[in-house]
Amino acid sequence: MASILFLLFSTLTVLCAVGVVVNKNAVNAAGCLLLCLVGVAGLFVQLDAYLLAFILLLVYAGAVVALFLFIIMLLDVQGRQSFGFSGITTFAGLMAFALLLTGLGSIAIKGHLDAPRLNRLAVEGANLKSYAQQLFTTYLLPVQIIGFLLLIAMLGVIVLSKKHATEEPAK
Amino acid sequence: MMTASLNEYVIISSLLFAIGFFGVLLRRNTLVVFMCLELMLIASTLALVAFSRFNATMDGNIFVFFILTVAAAEVAVGLAIIVALFRKRQTVQIDQLDSLKN
Repeated sequence: MASILFLLFSTLTVLCAVGVVVNKNAVNAAGCLLLCLVGVAGLFVQLDAYLLAFILLLVYAGAVVALFLFIIMLLDVQGRQSFGFSGITTFAGLMAFALLLTGLGSIAIKGHLDAPRLNRLAVEGANLKSYAQQLFTTYLLPVQIIGFLLLIAMLGVIVLSKKHATEEPAK
Repeated sequence: MMTASLNEYVIISSLLFAIGFFGVLLRRNTLVVFMCLELMLIASTLALVAFSRFNATMDGNIFVFFILTVAAAEVAVGLAIIVALFRKRQTVQIDQLDSLKN
């Protein structure tokens, strides 16, 4: 059976994920997403991925959720959103949920995923040094491509926000 | 204290993924749909880290590194698109964004 910490963090994660889906208020949904990310970071810590847990909290909880909240408050769409779902949408969504969960869950429950000898073996030095070594030797080209991707994304965001500003006075 | 097995992590990950998928199908607010999309991404990340840990390799962790970077870029671009859409159409409800219909 699982440890208490695993149960605690996984319950927090799943409950907050449900909270993201069912919350009427978008701000509350963003808050639930934040708590869900904290739960996932706790699970990462139990998987000995301390750096990834730290980055997850910094990037997601610090930047992404803050950006979401910022956009929600900027657009201010609270008043005019309808929450009523058509029956067919809910039914189709529930069917898709059940099918996906059955498929993935049967793999997770029935599959012999654990390699018994490696089960309790710690990752050989999942520390900053081994990350850096991997990133700058084996994965050097992906790192450069990712850097380029970030540059392109930044340019794209600037273009997307700027285009409207030049278009608006013309109307 | 006993540690959780890989199967349990995969169960949590698939549950998280399915919940996110359900949210993407169900919700009409584009921002919430986008949040559910992030939830699905996080679920796959959790599975990668768990597999990486239980197979004693670093590759999954490095992949998660890249996924987090791409996700940050994706969120920035996606939210910029949503803001541009809102300026153009004055709504972010999916059922009102139907200009491609007919």
